[in-house]
Amino acid sequence: MRKQSIMPRLRRLFTVRNLVIGIPMIWLFALAAAPLLLVLNISLAHMEVTSVSSLWHWADNELTLKFNFGNYLYLGEDSLYFDTYVSSLKFAALTTLYCLIVGYPFAYFISRAPEHLRTMLLMLVMLPFWTSFLLRIYAWKALLADNGVVNNGLMGLGVIASPIHMMHTSFSLTIGMVYAYLPFMVLPLYATLVKLDGRMLEAAADLGASPFKTFWLVTVPLTKRGIIAGSLLVFIPAFGEYVIPELLGGPRTLMIARVLWDEFFSNNDWPMASAVTIVMILLILVPMALFNRYNDETRLGEKS
Amino acid sequence: MRNMFGRSLFGRSWLIAVFIFLYIPIVTLVVYSFNDSRLSTVWTGFTFKWYVDASHDRELIDGLIISLKLAFMSATLSVIFGTFTAFVLVRYGRFKGRGLLTSMANAPLVMPDVIVGISLLLMLVALQKWLGFPERGIGTILLGHALIGTSFATVVIISRLREIDLRLEEAAMDLGCKPFQVFWLVTLPLIASALVSAFLLTFTLSFDDVVIAAFLSGPGSTTLPLVIFSRARLGLDPSINAVATVIIVVVSIGVIASSLYQLRAERRRQREVADAYAQGKS
Amino acid sequence: MASVTATTDREVLLKIDGVSKIFDGVVKAVDNVSLSVKKGEIFALVGSSGCGKSTLLRMLAGFETPTSGRIYLSGQDITDLTPYERPVNMMFQSYALFPHLNVWDNVAFGLRRDGLKGAELAERVDAMLSLVQLSKYGKRKPHQLSGGQQQRVALARSLAKRPTLLLLDEPLGALDKKLRETTQLELVNIIEQVGVTCVLVTHDQEEAMTMASHIAVMDEGYFLQVGTPDEIYETPNSRFVAGFVGNVNIFEGKVDEDEPDHITVICPECTHYVGHGITGTSGMRVAVALRPEKIQLSSVQPNKNHNWCAGEVVEIAYLGPHTTYHLKLKTGMVLKVQQPNLTRKMADDLTWGDHVFAHWTRDAMVVLTE
Repeated sequence: MRKQSIMPRLRRLFTVRNLVIGIPMIWLFALAAAPLLLVLNISLAHMEVTSVSSLWHWADNELTLKFNFGNYLYLGEDSLYFDTYVSSLKFAALTTLYCLIVGYPFAYFISRAPEHLRTMLLMLVMLPFWTSFLLRIYAWKALLADNGVVNNGLMGLGVIASPIHMMHTSFSLTIGMVYAYLPFMVLPLYATLVKLDGRMLEAAADLGASPFKTFWLVTVPLTKRGIIAGSLLVFIPAFGEYVIPELLGGPRTLMIARVLWDEFFSNNDWPMASAVTIVMILLILVPMALFNRYNDETRLGEKS
Repeated sequence: MRNMFGRSLFGRSWLIAVFIFLYIPIVTLVVYSFNDSRLSTVWTGFTFKWYVDASHDRELIDGLIISLKLAFMSATLSVIFGTFTAFVLVRYGRFKGRGLLTSMANAPLVMPDVIVGISLLLMLVALQKWLGFPERGIGTILLGHALIGTSFATVVIISRLREIDLRLEEAAMDLGCKPFQVFWLVTLPLIASALVSAFLLTFTLSFDDVVIAAFLSGPGSTTLPLVIFSRARLGLDPSINAVATVIIVVVSIGVIASSLYQLRAERRRQREVADAYAQGKS
Repeated sequence: MASVTATTDREVLLKIDGVSKIFDGVVKAVDNVSLSVKKGEIFALVGSSGCGKSTLLRMLAGFETPTSGRIYLSGQDITDLTPYERPVNMMFQSYALFPHLNVWDNVAFGLRRDGLKGAELAERVDAMLSLVQLSKYGKRKPHQLSGGQQQRVALARSLAKRPTLLLLDEPLGALDKKLRETTQLELVNIIEQVGVTCVLVTHDQEEAMTMASHIAVMDEGYFLQVGTPDEIYETPNSRFVAGFVGNVNIFEGKVDEDEPDHITVICPECTHYVGHGITGTSGMRVAVALRPEKIQLSSVQPNKNHNWCAGEVVEIAYLGPHTTYHLKLKTGMVLKVQQPNLTRKMADDLTWGDHVFAHWTRDAMVVLTE
């Protein structure tokens, strides 16, 4: 009785609903998921003159699947790839660390500024973010060149006698990366710091903690979320960064995105480039998974 | 506590130092756009000639026009698909494929641009072989930018959708709205500000992108960042400084004006709320 | 479970027939509830949060579908109708006024969905605004109004479509206490003026008693008792209802004498002589509920065998119109007593540590078997 009256309504509801779900589903599947599956597919193939070999073959009622793990094996054998992955991880980690060292006090002082100033300071942090990233990196070339602004300035002041070579070194690369990603560290840190209850700090002081101890034992643990979020927001894009190493890095500052680019455009080895890509994705998924687990745990913790 | 740490000399110096670090490249860009010398980064005199040069530079101008068109289209697509994605994720509760949709929407946020570029290119090449289209050009770059944009727009719109009191939508339904009318008459006006932010954000992302465009561009679709990037690889070019200065000025005016407007609107609103409250008491 | 007994012969407008709502297959929010509401009545569902009253209200509005049972409005089965197909409108908790529309457009919103336009629309909206005395405020946005004004806009909006049934979800919950009392009466006046039947949900029993003609006390998805405000207050049918509606002293004891017109109950504190019969047997364990305002205090020992006890004043709360005393009895039980302050406060009034006698009449208490 009841089922009969409700089923037609449910069916009507479900078609509209599924249509609405289907639109983003198809769009994102076509542009985000399908290409990655294809990359995985190609990484297991090998190059045949101008095209990629097919993984499966159907003949005589027999389906043959041929996986070529050679690309992955080669990744492990060739020290260039291994070193590049390590070096990319190293630069990403250093960038994250420096951003944290510079950004934490910065975010802290902004969050403790008078309220009318805070909005303005935050806007000043965001403003470069809206202007072209590429142009801002380009600007560092003029700053760090041998005859650039910094060298000229230091020589003009008499600090140094001859220009220091800074461009195309790991120094210029690191400074460019810290510069580009600092706002990504500052914003989540600020968001947690500004919510920090001032009374809690007063309570800690009242209980006899020195300012440094209060900071270390109360402020830092309470802003753990911001630290983790900010670090991931810096680490992940820094790891896969292409433009900054290309413009500011040197021949010795190996970054995986550049190697990938060269593999693709210069060597035209698509299966190899695909294998490099897949390993990169796996390396990114590790910190992501950790973050998600941490997020779930804190959420569960808050609920109970 | 607050005074000891927050407003100390150390605090102020740190703030100032970091702001100098953030702004010095921008200031240098602007200053050297007026520098007479081409080769050296030494100041030799004031000039407007790089602006004149840039305005006659076909490559730069064409790149600018292409980039503006592309950014506009990408932002439009991103907001449309971002709204769908956000709406489905926030309002539809549990459904089959929810996890898949979430990961697909999040993936472009964490994937390096190089990966997005390569994977899309490989797919487009495969499609082209199979179907004979699409040719690489503005359209293919648009797909890449709209993908990234959809993800960012989704994040912005989701956070606004979550804030909306569900009772507002129920009230609309209670007063006779069918589901689509609820969305059109209540939900959409309430998330309008987020849609505008998402549009501006995704416009900027597209206008700024080099890497994805490098993979997906074809003949006749060289965007402004691609032009700038290929010149920047070779060395310094004062025409780029001139273009940069124009972009920086336009963006800064826009950002500052809109934040001031928002600040005013917020203050006015608070005042009105306070007035209404005071009046209710009397 | 229980249903309202016919007090007048007005027609039944809303009939809830054995309705249950189970969430996620396990959580029973509403458990087999039946109820009839007559035309023109203001009916209140009271209970603490999570008792199922809001779920029941949402099923009346159409936001939830009952797991089982039917809902009839004017004899028509509306159980499977969507919210926008029902002649039912709701005034939401914290009002849910559309922040992007001004007052006039908020009130016009529902009428426009019915296709009303132009002069007819204007007439209906203006009439609504003048009903709630907000004619001058049409152009304002909701955030430019005080809480009381917002509440009236919400009322106007929910009445604009002339619903057959009006639902009120914690209508006064967002107002401060002082404003609430005047608004309660205002609200009832407007509802009676319009003549709409009304189901109201509140956690505030006082609000329910002032506004409603009938009340259902809910707990864990059940109706514990349904009745008029005075029935609920003076003859609660269970310990829960007695405690939920107002203050009460509960004595636990055993029935001694069981006559049709009276019973006696022996408790450790005292013996109760109750002026009404019960359906029970002698020797049965029962509770005697006694409201604090029905007790009198005296310094001399009452000259009777029952309905009094002695105690020591341990707490005094002076509240202006009356004072509440806590007496500690010999068993350790604390007896709450409320005394009207018939004269101005005197120096020789009761004070902490005084030994007094509390006594009451045979019609002051009610015996609870549940």
